[in-house]
Amino acid sequence: MKHIYLDNAGTTPMAPEVIKTMTIAMEQTFGNASSTHFFGRQARKVLDESRQIIAKSINAKRDDQIVFTSGGTESDNTAVVQTALARQHEGKHLITTAVEHEAILKPMKYLESLGFEVTYLPVDHDGLISLDDLRQAIRPDTILVSIMTGNNEVGSHFPIHEIGQIVAESNAWFHTDAVQAYGLLDFDVQADRIDLLSTSAHKLNGPKFLGFLYRSDRVKFPSLIKGGDQELKRRAGTENVPAIAGFAKAVSLLDSAAKQAKRQKFIDLQQRLLEGLQKNGVEFEVNGGQRPDKLPHVLNLWFKGCPALPLLTNLDLNGIAASAGSACTAGSIDPSHVLLAIYGKDSPRLNESLRFSFGFENTVAEINYTVQVLAKTIKKLKRG
Amino acid sequence: MQDNRQTRVVVGMSGGVDSSVVAYLLKQQGYDVVGVFMKNWDDKDDSGVCTATQDYEDVAKVANQIGIPYYSINFEKEYWDRVFSYFLDEYRHGRTPNPDVMCNKEIKFKAFLDYALQLDADYIAMGHYAQIRRDADGTVHLLRGADANKDQTYFLSQLSQQQLQKAIFPIGNLQKPEVRKIAEQAGLATAHKKDSTGVCFIGERNFRQFLGEFLPAKPGLMKTVDGAVIGKHYGLMNYTIGQRRGLGIGGNSNSSQPWFVIGKDLQTNTLYVGQGFHNPHLYADTLDGSQVSFIAPIEQRGLKFHCTAKFRYRQKDCGVTLKLSADRKKVSVIFDQPARAVTPGQEVVFYDGDECLGSATIDHAYQQQRVLQYV
Repeated sequence: MKHIYLDNAGTTPMAPEVIKTMTIAMEQTFGNASSTHFFGRQARKVLDESRQIIAKSINAKRDDQIVFTSGGTESDNTAVVQTALARQHEGKHLITTAVEHEAILKPMKYLESLGFEVTYLPVDHDGLISLDDLRQAIRPDTILVSIMTGNNEVGSHFPIHEIGQIVAESNAWFHTDAVQAYGLLDFDVQADRIDLLSTSAHKLNGPKFLGFLYRSDRVKFPSLIKGGDQELKRRAGTENVPAIAGFAKAVSLLDSAAKQAKRQKFIDLQQRLLEGLQKNGVEFEVNGGQRPDKLPHVLNLWFKGCPALPLLTNLDLNGIAASAGSACTAGSIDPSHVLLAIYGKDSPRLNESLRFSFGFENTVAEINYTVQVLAKTIKKLKRG
Repeated sequence: MQDNRQTRVVVGMSGGVDSSVVAYLLKQQGYDVVGVFMKNWDDKDDSGVCTATQDYEDVAKVANQIGIPYYSINFEKEYWDRVFSYFLDEYRHGRTPNPDVMCNKEIKFKAFLDYALQLDADYIAMGHYAQIRRDADGTVHLLRGADANKDQTYFLSQLSQQQLQKAIFPIGNLQKPEVRKIAEQAGLATAHKKDSTGVCFIGERNFRQFLGEFLPAKPGLMKTVDGAVIGKHYGLMNYTIGQRRGLGIGGNSNSSQPWFVIGKDLQTNTLYVGQGFHNPHLYADTLDGSQVSFIAPIEQRGLKFHCTAKFRYRQKDCGVTLKLSADRKKVSVIFDQPARAVTPGQEVVFYDGDECLGSATIDHAYQQQRVLQYV
């Protein structure tokens, strides 16, 4: 059976160039980057070069504004919890949205348990917040505004530049979870007035268990992980130099033109999928609206009247990997909090939607096959 | 059966050793095997972890060892609506229900079967100790499991011909120790896992306490049939006909014989007790039942015939004569020898040799045409 991977918002396969870079680094650069001897210096060199590439990719002022972490979740946790703890004498109010990743929402809940106050901005049918709501929510004691760049479930793309300017007029720091968007969009943390930015390497064909947190100069926080003085005391633990080299490689493969080409490819694949479904008479709607600025790798579809779980299972049994909400205890599906925030708890979309997310390896032939399997299966499940 | 590779079997995997071995054996035989874990009850342990999580982890481990895909499905709502509501309702009426019979009928061989068919299953299989015989014309017969100690036909006896036609029972011809041995030899992660005990949703908990969370217990008087008050009871639902333990009364001066539950009166909320294991009030010569269901056609046997029966799980068969109503929806069961503690709400299951013919739900027990005060 051929296997088709349409879950690239979950994770991506590593690019061959990344694997090659990492293999060389593993063979040649095993030293501890903190050591002062030859082997340490070798590792340190790779680490510095990688950090440069990454800093440049978001137009950071300096390399040392990049803190390597174990991934998006750690970056988000650090950005939310550590900065809140560092600023609690200035205020105890934070703002975020209802559709953030759990890596933001759970730390926010944790802060609430410590006595912080959190405002969760609601979203409209495009999965976006109102900037007026944001302006009104900001208070003198607001210390952090955390709003994602692009949503992992429906692909809604928040106006980060505008949000950055609004937050810059306040006392708050601005954090954006860029985990989904970093491999697709150009970032300019200076122009966008971003104080903190989280990414993850494995969403852009890099290695897993690695990410970075960007911090602007005014942002200071103690390391979440306590230990050695690595990363200028902002993240203890020996750096995974080969993986970081691979991350930098993945980033360098994605210059502006490459990202543009990637977006276009995904838009074409989406188009192909949607047209195919229409031609086959499948009843569906795109969740989260169809604004042209959406992250094009994510396509969340509501298949009216067709339960998501057996559909997802049938797809997998036919070799097609997609996703529905987030897997929870005992493997059953928890209704997506993102769809819930957009459509309310009574919407049939919560149990009848699947997410398809594209990657560089997907082909038109794969999409055509997916359309056929979807059409056949949905017909079967609706009949039954 | 067609080519095994072309035959998809969806296996209900519970995370226990029996269904693990079922999946393993089918895979060995070359079937297209798909594992599905059913979550029917939401329960958390002391540390707040869902108890189903550990079982699902075991399903994942075993399925990966065997090399089959695995998924899960949530039937909590179906289980609550079709099994647990019935369970509470029966207790409310002073009867002693059998949720495992209902679970097979409504969940495992209905909701789960429907789901498996959505996955293009040709057959479903689970870790039941029972066997199937297929006639040339496709009619299936349910046979006892080879392990007499584990035979589960009692719980499968309400299934219809249609439900069983889609079922296979790969370990029904094995003894339990053989099943464990296969699991050990294959190195399956569940080879040494303890068997689950009791009703699935109650687990190891105190039954009276569990029931009390859902049904208000109405304490009342405990009397002899002569009207003498012997003590107090915690609510009729907490007692089963023939029960000895938990009455809180010892022998008295008249006799050192232990006390047993011999009857209930729902109207007056009275629990009747009597002394002696063989107390005559515990013996019935006849019962009648409804929800009569036969697995294979039995018209050729007529409306009255002799066979054997069990009126509770893990009991020796006893000889009985069945008298069916004309529409075959009700039955009178006449015991060859008087039977002890025939309990309304439980199943009476009929056998002919090794074949399980079907069953009925016990409504009343009689002694010399007098109804025993069991509900």
